[in-house]
Amino acid sequence: MDRIRFVIDGEVRTVERFDPTRTVLEYLRETEGRCGTKEGCAEGDCGACTVALGELVDGAVRHRAVNACILFLGAIDGKELVTVESLAKPEAPAHPVQQALVECHGSQCGFCTPGFVMSLYAVWREGDAPTRSGIEQALAGNLCRCTGYRPIVAAAERACAASDRSESRRVATAEQLRAIRPTEMLAIEQNGRRFLAPTGLDELAHLVLAHPDAVLLAGGTDVGLWVTKQQRRLPTVIYLGRVAGLADLAVGTDRIEIGAGVTYTDAMPVLAKYHPEIDGLLRRLGSVQIRNAGTIGGNIANGSPIGDSLPALIALGASLVLRRGPVERTLPLEDYFLAYRKTALAPGEFVARIRVPMAAADTRFRTYKIAKRFDQDISAVCAGFAVTIRADRVVDLRLAFGGMAGIPARARACEQALIGQPWTQAAVLAALPLLTQDFAPLSDMRASADYRARVAANLVRKFQIETSGAGPVGVLALAEAQP
Amino acid sequence: MNALPEPAIPETVHRAIAHDSADKHVRGAALYVDDIPEPRDLLHAAIGWSSRAHARILSLDLAAVAAAPGVVAVLAARDLTASNDIGPVLPGDPVFADGLVEYHGQSIFAVAADCVGAARRAARLARVEYQDLPAVLTIEQALADESYILPTRILRRGDAAAALAGASRRLKGRFGVGGQDHFYLEGQVAMAVPGEDGDMLIHSSTQHPTEVQHLVAKVLGLPDHAVVTEVRRMGGGFGGKETQAAIVACVAALLARRTGRPVKLRLDRDDDMILTGKRHDFLIDYDVGFGADGRIAGVEFMLASRCGMSPDLSASINDRAMFHADNCYFLQNVTIVSHRCKTHTVSNTAFRGFGGPQGMMAIEYVMDEIARDLGLDPLEVRKANFYGTTERNVTPYGMTVEDNIIPALVAELEASSDYAARRAAVDEFNRTSPWLKKGLALTPVKFGISFTAKHLNQAGALVHVYTDGSIQLNHGGTEMGQGLFVKVAQVVAEELGVALDRVKLTATSTAKVPNTSPTAASSGADLNGKAAQAAARTIRERLADLAAARFGVPADAITFRDGQVSGGGQVIAFPDLVKAAYFARIQLSATGFYTTPRLDWNEATHQGRPFFYFAYGASVSEVAIDVLTGETKILRVDILHDCGRSLNPAIDLGQVEGGFVQGMGWLTTEELAWDAAGRLTTHAPSTYKIPTASDVPRDFRVALYRGDNREDAIYRSKAVGEPPLMLGISVFHALKDAVAAAAGPVRFDAPATPERVLLAIEANR
Ligand SMILES: Cc1cc2nc3c(=O)[nH]c(=O)nc-3n(C[C@H](O)[C@H](O)[C@H](O)COP(=O)(O)OP(=O)(O)OC[C@H]3O[C@@H](n4cnc5c(N)ncnc54)[C@H](O)[C@@H]3O)c2cc1C
Ligand code: FES
Ligand code: FES
Repeated sequence: MDRIRFVIDGEVRTVERFDPTRTVLEYLRETEGRCGTKEGCAEGDCGACTVALGELVDGAVRHRAVNACILFLGAIDGKELVTVESLAKPEAPAHPVQQALVECHGSQCGFCTPGFVMSLYAVWREGDAPTRSGIEQALAGNLCRCTGYRPIVAAAERACAASDRSESRRVATAEQLRAIRPTEMLAIEQNGRRFLAPTGLDELAHLVLAHPDAVLLAGGTDVGLWVTKQQRRLPTVIYLGRVAGLADLAVGTDRIEIGAGVTYTDAMPVLAKYHPEIDGLLRRLGSVQIRNAGTIGGNIANGSPIGDSLPALIALGASLVLRRGPVERTLPLEDYFLAYRKTALAPGEFVARIRVPMAAADTRFRTYKIAKRFDQDISAVCAGFAVTIRADRVVDLRLAFGGMAGIPARARACEQALIGQPWTQAAVLAALPLLTQDFAPLSDMRASADYRARVAANLVRKFQIETSGAGPVGVLALAEAQP
Repeated sequence: MNALPEPAIPETVHRAIAHDSADKHVRGAALYVDDIPEPRDLLHAAIGWSSRAHARILSLDLAAVAAAPGVVAVLAARDLTASNDIGPVLPGDPVFADGLVEYHGQSIFAVAADCVGAARRAARLARVEYQDLPAVLTIEQALADESYILPTRILRRGDAAAALAGASRRLKGRFGVGGQDHFYLEGQVAMAVPGEDGDMLIHSSTQHPTEVQHLVAKVLGLPDHAVVTEVRRMGGGFGGKETQAAIVACVAALLARRTGRPVKLRLDRDDDMILTGKRHDFLIDYDVGFGADGRIAGVEFMLASRCGMSPDLSASINDRAMFHADNCYFLQNVTIVSHRCKTHTVSNTAFRGFGGPQGMMAIEYVMDEIARDLGLDPLEVRKANFYGTTERNVTPYGMTVEDNIIPALVAELEASSDYAARRAAVDEFNRTSPWLKKGLALTPVKFGISFTAKHLNQAGALVHVYTDGSIQLNHGGTEMGQGLFVKVAQVVAEELGVALDRVKLTATSTAKVPNTSPTAASSGADLNGKAAQAAARTIRERLADLAAARFGVPADAITFRDGQVSGGGQVIAFPDLVKAAYFARIQLSATGFYTTPRLDWNEATHQGRPFFYFAYGASVSEVAIDVLTGETKILRVDILHDCGRSLNPAIDLGQVEGGFVQGMGWLTTEELAWDAAGRLTTHAPSTYKIPTASDVPRDFRVALYRGDNREDAIYRSKAVGEPPLMLGISVFHALKDAVAAAAGPVRFDAPATPERVLLAIEANR
């Protein structure tokens, strides 16, 4: 197939011959002339470009908010694209979320507003009246510099309080989406550059082997920025989002298996069911829009030292299933990272699945993320800790950190010193000086080396405090307990 | 001109009316510059900038840029024939660096290509040979080198040195206040469309259309009359589009002139943040003497700001910092030394508050330090120093504070926020909580309203009434989200007694109202509201005379209300009267003009009355900090803010809340970082963190203070754009309070990031 089809305002649109890394935002503004969707940053951080994507899930159309600025056009093949203009025709009454924003004085300069409308629309479509915390999470990916957010939160509450979810816009029907469901490989080619979207695992394995220099594209929340921020011209992109089987999630008795194509949003409830601690971390990873597109597979594969999921997964003892051609191999996650941005992935190989073991009953696990801003910020230091205590002694300890070295890594010296010790503040304090053997962190715009070192040590202290009867100790827990 | 009575019951002013574009905003139908349908043959531009902080350019090879796919034109300093300098007040801001670069990110050349991507890719292909020169990057370094962009100014009253020597207690210290990026959601953008005779139409996202017009004319070598600047709306400005919009417009215009084609230049977020100025960061030294009651006997301040590589607006900004270092407090003996440091960094510029916030931080920090020294509640120390109403009421610059409402306003907020009980509860919490500490602070705001550059306090408006009774309104102010347009339209609707929807707002255009001041200094509604009122009243008088003649009553018996004109028991519909006026050959169009009264200011001596009046406010913030990580959370905020008799309480509330959150961001998460080579390393939202929804306190109680402006400002309202930003200072001081609870008094710099909090706590360990 050399063209894409998607539904917009109830109609099927066919697009062919386009730049393989053209973004949905560029397409909307330049080709469709729909300028309601704005560019505020072109890097997924401000939400001005938010649109909703409709997909067929269990026979019904489900909508999720995503950032159009870093979404390649090829990735919307077979979906419904909903923009701010879709919600109400110019002559028709405004949509309830739009109306609520007007009534609550939720716009000032208005530039951020279409993005907020679309984030709220996705919440509104879900059907439930969200909590304040739910609204804050839903809006974490939308920046507003004018209003101070209070009226926008009020608008969200107002719009979602009404139980009536009927809307005048033409929502894509299940039949429409079924009719354009992709069944064969998509191959968009222009000036020698390609966007390839296979549909099967074997097909994918074959393609990756055949194009070892191709860029694999999952959610594009990293890859998109190479194009929009670094102006890179990617020759071949292989899109993973349509590969059947790559987005599977399987829960066994001893482990959870997460396909590399599973988005954060889909992985979260399952992971959180068995490791409730991880929910607090993942809900601070990026924003709703980022989590709707981004994958844990991408977080791992890109080899960054500050991927937030990594310390937690390392602390849980996760491993990877890598595939090259027909051959699969498994590797402990912590062995995947070799050096700064260097991984054990061989040419022609890709990440197929992530295996997360179930926690032992006597293991206590916690995660921490330290950043300048609570929501939607990259960590200065991120941590995943797991301790197993038997007969009042530490028998197993994993202190995994991100942001402390060129790769996510465990504090081995510190861990060793604590094995066999009682799990007390005094024992922790005695072991913490060894962190300087484990890590020599850097200074950058996110934090100084001094702060990183101090906060890393203090997080271990906090872990001991929180796992020794105190429960969560932090400003968030305090705020949430406020009447 | 005031012959007509004020309407007894206002119909549209003082009402909570939605922003005029709200419905378009939510539908994505409001057009910003980048949304204007593109003209045929449009080219897209990009700027190529310096990769050095301070260097001589030995050679500039643009061959690869010109040869890149899609490129149509390339321009550098050598191609400019008329002028290359676009300094707004003083020279020093070249469009393109000419032989010398003075900051990393300074514009060197520009390219026009047939699509945005081609232009941006081509801009990376220049070969520039530099010879590095020593760079001054920080305030400390500039002070050591006496590297100043403008002469140091000193404001003095009484004898601070003697007072310090005689005071029973004395404290000295130093702290820093960080800068701030505007982060308007819509980046800088302009589209230049060439016309006949070499004329140029500029669609610009600017707060200062007249300056854009003037500077475009200057670089093109045209008279001002050949250039028109038009602005329908901006996606945020905050001061960042006062002078900084000019370079974008000038580059677009120069390329349009060169190619004969329309050219659009839209900076991407990184270029915008690297290339354009920000709020000045300050280094502040204080030396204060005081008594046991906390009252200040004498204080000396050194306020040093990082101005960057050119003067830009730094003179007025630093002046305003000096004029706000008193905030709400009477300083009998005071010396303020203001150093305007030259550094090899981007030239800093206007930002909501315009130096006032930094000046205010100086005195509020001192209040807090005094309280800690004496073991008093900082609020008690603040109150002990408040300006009086009949005495102790003259500012260091010699202006009498005639309208002091701060004691009453603070008393009201203290009660409504339950300050005393919460102070006790916070102290109690801190006694028993080892890992988390709370902090509480109430800080006041007094902000002077008017441009300190006296000539800018003028405005014009143009009102047309058409024969169907519909009205078109134009004035010199620009709309950036602050609700100026709806406020001025409310004034005109009120004056003519018509429904608001009869008044059509049109884009600000230098062709309609000339020689305008920037929309800045919170003055937009004060100035343009009055000018529009004058224009509307001129038309109203003409219509009243006609109605009076028809009804056989005196003109002052005629009223305009509900779309009707009445007098002596007779009524005519407004459109019918307008039609009659047309047939009677009465002019239905008028201009209005306004100058702010009572200003009397001597620039040279820094004495007199620079401000028409003051706007006041106060806020109480309660916060929690994590002693192990430095993480913070704002638990509750109460605000009471003075907008006089608000023209539009919905709009004003939005300004208060939005201003507060922006001020809070400035002092908490918004940290600008430069590396050792002078490169800004926080040039995108991934690294520069403005507040998100969850940073705003869930318990957020905001009220507008009741009371008229005692000066004759438009409908007795007060300016509201800037003052609320400084309400955010209470957040910083609540954090300082919490840090003190954990670690005692320590130096605490802004912004109070988790890192600063933790390092302050651990400083004494
Ligand atoms: C605004 C914003 C906020 C963010 N916030 C956070 C945050 O808070 N914490 C955090 O950790 N990250 C954050 N990120 C980074 C990003 O979301 C993650 O790294 C994400 O997990 C990447 O997943 P993806 O599916 O989008 O990967 P992509 O961008 O599609 O790919 C990332 C890399 O992995 C490779 N790749 C992807 N899948 C495979 C595979 N199956 N096999 C082999 N290689 C593969 C790609 O080739 C590429 O090199 C943020 C990003 C943005 C834009
Ligand atoms: S433009 Fe900012 S998130 Fe897309
Ligand atoms: S209304 Fe201006 S950014 Fe939100």
